[in-house]
Amino acid sequence: MSKIAHETRFDKMLLLKGDKMKEDTRKIEIMEAVNARNEEIAAKLNQLLSDKGVFTINVMGAPGAGKTTSLVNMIQRLDRKCFVIEGDIESDIDTKKLHALGIETVQINTGGACHLDSPLIEGSIRSFELEEGYLFIENIGNLVCPAEFAIGEHIKLLISSVTEGSDKPYKYPLAFEKADIILLNKTDLIEHIDFDEDSFLQGVRRLNPCAPVFRVSGKSGIGFKEVSEWIIKKASSCLNR
Amino acid sequence: MHEYRITQRIIEIAEQQAKQSDSELVTQVTLVVGDNSGLVADSIVLYFDIIAKGSMCESAALIIKRIKPKLKCKKCGVLFERKPFSFSCISDGCDGEGEPTEIGNEFYVESIEVS
Repeated sequence: MSKIAHETRFDKMLLLKGDKMKEDTRKIEIMEAVNARNEEIAAKLNQLLSDKGVFTINVMGAPGAGKTTSLVNMIQRLDRKCFVIEGDIESDIDTKKLHALGIETVQINTGGACHLDSPLIEGSIRSFELEEGYLFIENIGNLVCPAEFAIGEHIKLLISSVTEGSDKPYKYPLAFEKADIILLNKTDLIEHIDFDEDSFLQGVRRLNPCAPVFRVSGKSGIGFKEVSEWIIKKASSCLNR
Repeated sequence: MHEYRITQRIIEIAEQQAKQSDSELVTQVTLVVGDNSGLVADSIVLYFDIIAKGSMCESAALIIKRIKPKLKCKKCGVLFERKPFSFSCISDGCDGEGEPTEIGNEFYVESIEVS
């Protein structure tokens, strides 16, 4: 009996406390995107780069897809000066390679973070004396997170290599959905591996009906003439060159 | 992987809003997370308690509303959840294919409760 009474009293106490809580508690509608600040800085950066005539390309792809090799192939075939921001968790291996070729490059080491964001780019572009041309931002090797964050770019370029397998559009849809141009790299190896190109292209097309897919080989340079022509045309229309 | 920084930002947003409304304590944070946002709801829950310590959100309950991604059929317009390795419409008698929509990409703080 006393137990029941105790529980009742306890319930009453809770009720009283609950009522008081309800009286004191207010709900505030926010509806604020958690990435809003990143998007704001990205929009400002995009404006700045457009004003300076710098067509900016966010290069995405898995580790080992051939991002740096593809960059070199594109830069060699473009019609204006190129700048590069290299994003890696650790090391400056790629930056050294690009410096050796005389390409102006700045390294960002995220120390663990899996993607670049717009405040990082805002800090890095101060290192350049930007002039009309192209800026390649090589994102962290990762097929997931880089697709989620705008970093001031005009286009997203995705590199997928045949050695990764033909199921990638099905497994990592966002990167393929958001890409403006897709390179299928290492096609010189295609005869040595099981890569179902039809299945790959079908997956890409269903996620992204517009982005052109170029078959390339970073090793031989095949296909990069066409890629560079597409970039030059896109930059002209984007920046009214 | 980037949930730690994202959770810090969630707490910042909640604290800013609570201060603006002259409140001392955040009692609840409601977050909307699409499964295609790339953010893992369970990781946010894990970090929230750790990061919220000593902040206005220390005793706040975290409510996460998860949203399943949906494709829209190009033929009949129905919204549906994609089956693995397939984009085919699920409507009876429709042989259309779905295209991506924004449903499932959500990631925002919907509301907070303060006292």
